[in-house]
Amino acid sequence: MSALGNIIKKEIRELLTPATFLPIVIMAIIFGSLGGSIQGVQEAAKEKPIVGLINEDNSTLSAVAVDVINKSAKVVFNSTSASDKQLGLDAVKKENGIALIVIPNNFTEEILNNKSGPIEVYWIMKGAGLMDSISSATVEFLITSINTNISTELIQRNTSINATFVLSPTQRVETTYFKDKEFKGLSPNTLSGMLSSQSFIVPIIMMMIIMMAGGIVITSMALEKENKTLETLLTLPVKRTSIVTGKIVAAAIIGLILAVIYMIGMGYYLQGLQVSQGGVNLADYGLVLNSEDFLLMGISLFVTLIAALSMCMLLGTFAKNFKSIQTLTFPIAMFAIIPMFITMFTDFDTLPLGLKGLVFAIPFSHTMMAPRALLFGDYLFVISGIIYVAIFAIVMISIVVWIFKTDRLLVGSTRMKKLKGHLSKMKRF
Amino acid sequence: MIAVQVKNLVKHYGSIEAVKGVSFDVKEGEIFGLIGPNGAGKTTVLRVVSTLLKINSGSVRIMEYDMEKEADKIRKIISYLPEDAGAYKNLTGRAYLQFIANFFDPKQNEQMVQHGIEIADLGERIDDRVDTYSKGMMRRLLVGRALMTNPKLAVLDEPTSGLDVINSQEIRKLIKDTAKKGTTILLSSHNMLEVEYLCERIALISGGKIVEEGKPKTLMDKYDADNIEEVFMKVVHQ
Repeated sequence: MSALGNIIKKEIRELLTPATFLPIVIMAIIFGSLGGSIQGVQEAAKEKPIVGLINEDNSTLSAVAVDVINKSAKVVFNSTSASDKQLGLDAVKKENGIALIVIPNNFTEEILNNKSGPIEVYWIMKGAGLMDSISSATVEFLITSINTNISTELIQRNTSINATFVLSPTQRVETTYFKDKEFKGLSPNTLSGMLSSQSFIVPIIMMMIIMMAGGIVITSMALEKENKTLETLLTLPVKRTSIVTGKIVAAAIIGLILAVIYMIGMGYYLQGLQVSQGGVNLADYGLVLNSEDFLLMGISLFVTLIAALSMCMLLGTFAKNFKSIQTLTFPIAMFAIIPMFITMFTDFDTLPLGLKGLVFAIPFSHTMMAPRALLFGDYLFVISGIIYVAIFAIVMISIVVWIFKTDRLLVGSTRMKKLKGHLSKMKRF
Repeated sequence: MIAVQVKNLVKHYGSIEAVKGVSFDVKEGEIFGLIGPNGAGKTTVLRVVSTLLKINSGSVRIMEYDMEKEADKIRKIISYLPEDAGAYKNLTGRAYLQFIANFFDPKQNEQMVQHGIEIADLGERIDDRVDTYSKGMMRRLLVGRALMTNPKLAVLDEPTSGLDVINSQEIRKLIKDTAKKGTTILLSSHNMLEVEYLCERIALISGGKIVEEGKPKTLMDKYDADNIEEVFMKVVHQ
């Protein structure tokens, strides 16, 4: 074999390990599953949207609108009286529908008087994730179709309506219902955008802290082993609990400093984002975090950080050297990235039960979901999350301390190989 | 007084029995050596005595303390120098000694560090980062670290490992001086001549068992050997 071939063979043998391939295979599976889910949502969006309809305007142009709705949507509630609005909303909710459309009695008259004909849309919003807004897009398209069809009707009639007005004869009057709150003048898309801009910073920061601080802990353990300082440390008069706690607290402090630096940058970014929201403020709708909410957020962030670091510490006990850090950081990165994407793209409430269980089980999810839950006063969800994560952290720390008290740290999984080596040397001796 | 008492020590690594019923005593102030080839069980015994590994059966007592019940107390009076130990590379030699001293009596902190610096004898280089040290300098720093606390028992695994002749001689002298001041020394070495020079008593260990024990001179007479190396070969091939 040539020298080059010899080197290539040795390098491939060194790199061809489960540790190299497993992360990529898992990533591929996760992205494949995400692609499947997105495709599923798109397929669902192709189906007729479920709506309720109240038509108070028994006239020609409202008939055009009703015709479009009946052709393009599945109408689960029909009425001619606005007083049935609550009944209509209940019926749409029951059928897992998207919106109740109300055509008021002055609809045709207003249009014929060169005024925009109002179409009242009462949205039933299920989740605030980006994926959740896909279903409302189908009804938005329906309203646009009504507008187009009425324009066509007006042009065909050769009415004396203003030429500019005839292209846009209707006006949408929107109200969104989400988590038992009413948002007048807001569409689900606007609301979802506002909520995302307010709550996406926490998942990103959390992910960054976990990955950075987690990396610090795992690196610290790997370096202790690689630099051969661990044995000395374990024979010093210091409790195992102090070693574990010291490493976790130091990494948490560094992680928080990094988070503050990151938040300063994100703060400026958010300021720019708020300008593009057109002056709409969540506080105007009662969606604002008070001091108690911030306290809960802080507690949630703290316990999550401790849980993450104790988990990293556990993984760090498996570190043999600096090279193994990348492999050991991978599960933590996955645990941080999965809930970050889920909380950004979907809403916990709209997830299938299995996925809900998975997201709840991942301890890092809770801090990421806390801001939105607190905005809507879902304290039970936040507090139960804090309790779960605190228990998780305690269990993790207990396991790590136990490992520190056993031979596992020093003997590790290589003991068999070493001993086999020693035994063979003994035989030779 | 007996400083170290090891009775029927058995240590398994999974299904492999690394130490098979080892027993020996070390008197206070004595230098006791464990001699044997790679994989004989020397390091395992030293790691057990240093509270790093749990025992499967038998008993170990250090001074008046039982290893299994009072490991925390034992750590206050011992010092362990592993064969391939390192130091925190981002620290200076002085900062490393200070870091270690901080785990002990705060009143003697300064004194300990000064003592460590004297033992290490690195001159101005003590204020340089550890990652700039040569292997010999690193070993001197670690010996300084191990002995600066004036431990009642110093467990030294291959104390002159990787050192040149001059450095080795200095370390050996240092070990002898430390023992004279009352510290008990338990050490291991491949270098049988070193052990012969340093140790008052030795135990020959092979295959996880102590195959012979006694004063170097007595063993050489018993086996009609010129040195301990010869004694070891004769004992193993008996």
